[in-house]
Amino acid sequence: MAEEVSAGCARPTGGPVGEPVPEKQDDIKVKEKSPMIQVGKKAPDFSAPGYQKGSFINVNLSDYLGKWVLLCFYPGDFTFV
Amino acid sequence: MFVHKMWDDHELSKMVDGGVPFPMLSDAGGRVGQAYGVYDEEAGVETRGRFIIDPDGVVQGYEVLTPPVGRNVSETLRQVQAFQLVRKSGGSQATPSGWAPGKKTLKPGPELVGNVWKEWTTDMAFD
Repeated sequence: MAEEVSAGCARPTGGPVGEPVPEKQDDIKVKEKSPMIQVGKKAPDFSAPGYQKGSFINVNLSDYLGKWVLLCFYPGDFTFV
Repeated sequence: MFVHKMWDDHELSKMVDGGVPFPMLSDAGGRVGQAYGVYDEEAGVETRGRFIIDPDGVVQGYEVLTPPVGRNVSETLRQVQAFQLVRKSGGSQATPSGWAPGKKTLKPGPELVGNVWKEWTTDMAFD
């Protein structure tokens, strides 16, 4: 059941529930290193080696400017996608 | 990279004639995954992240799932079609919930405010 809240001057706000989010120094560093992407913002460019149709290639995301790109990550080969 | 070839040669080519047509990239160390916020450092693997990037290199949408659950390719394609329609219209059209090619679009503007109910019904949210 949802509990009723009394409305005061400040607007009630939500927050994370369950286990507290660790605030260790290391975790903060990880967060800074790996922020989530924002929609409407530029996709980070990258260069990566790859395989396509019998050839080993190197791909830059910026090679695809002017085209729509679906970029998919998956845990490992021989898993489903 | 070499394992991509093995996978394509020995399994994927049995599902797709001629093998996978698009590039299969390698992200050993997860540096690209980290830049996209989808690399699980503890497990040392990428999660199932999927990003739609438009011709200007702008991220229009993404979805990230933990490894045991696979993605819905039709939904991804529907989203791409919706983003393509919006882009082609120069922002004069928007696709409401449940939109699919052939279904009604909305024209955002002052006239639409408070009048969405005339243009869109809840059953249109579903296939």
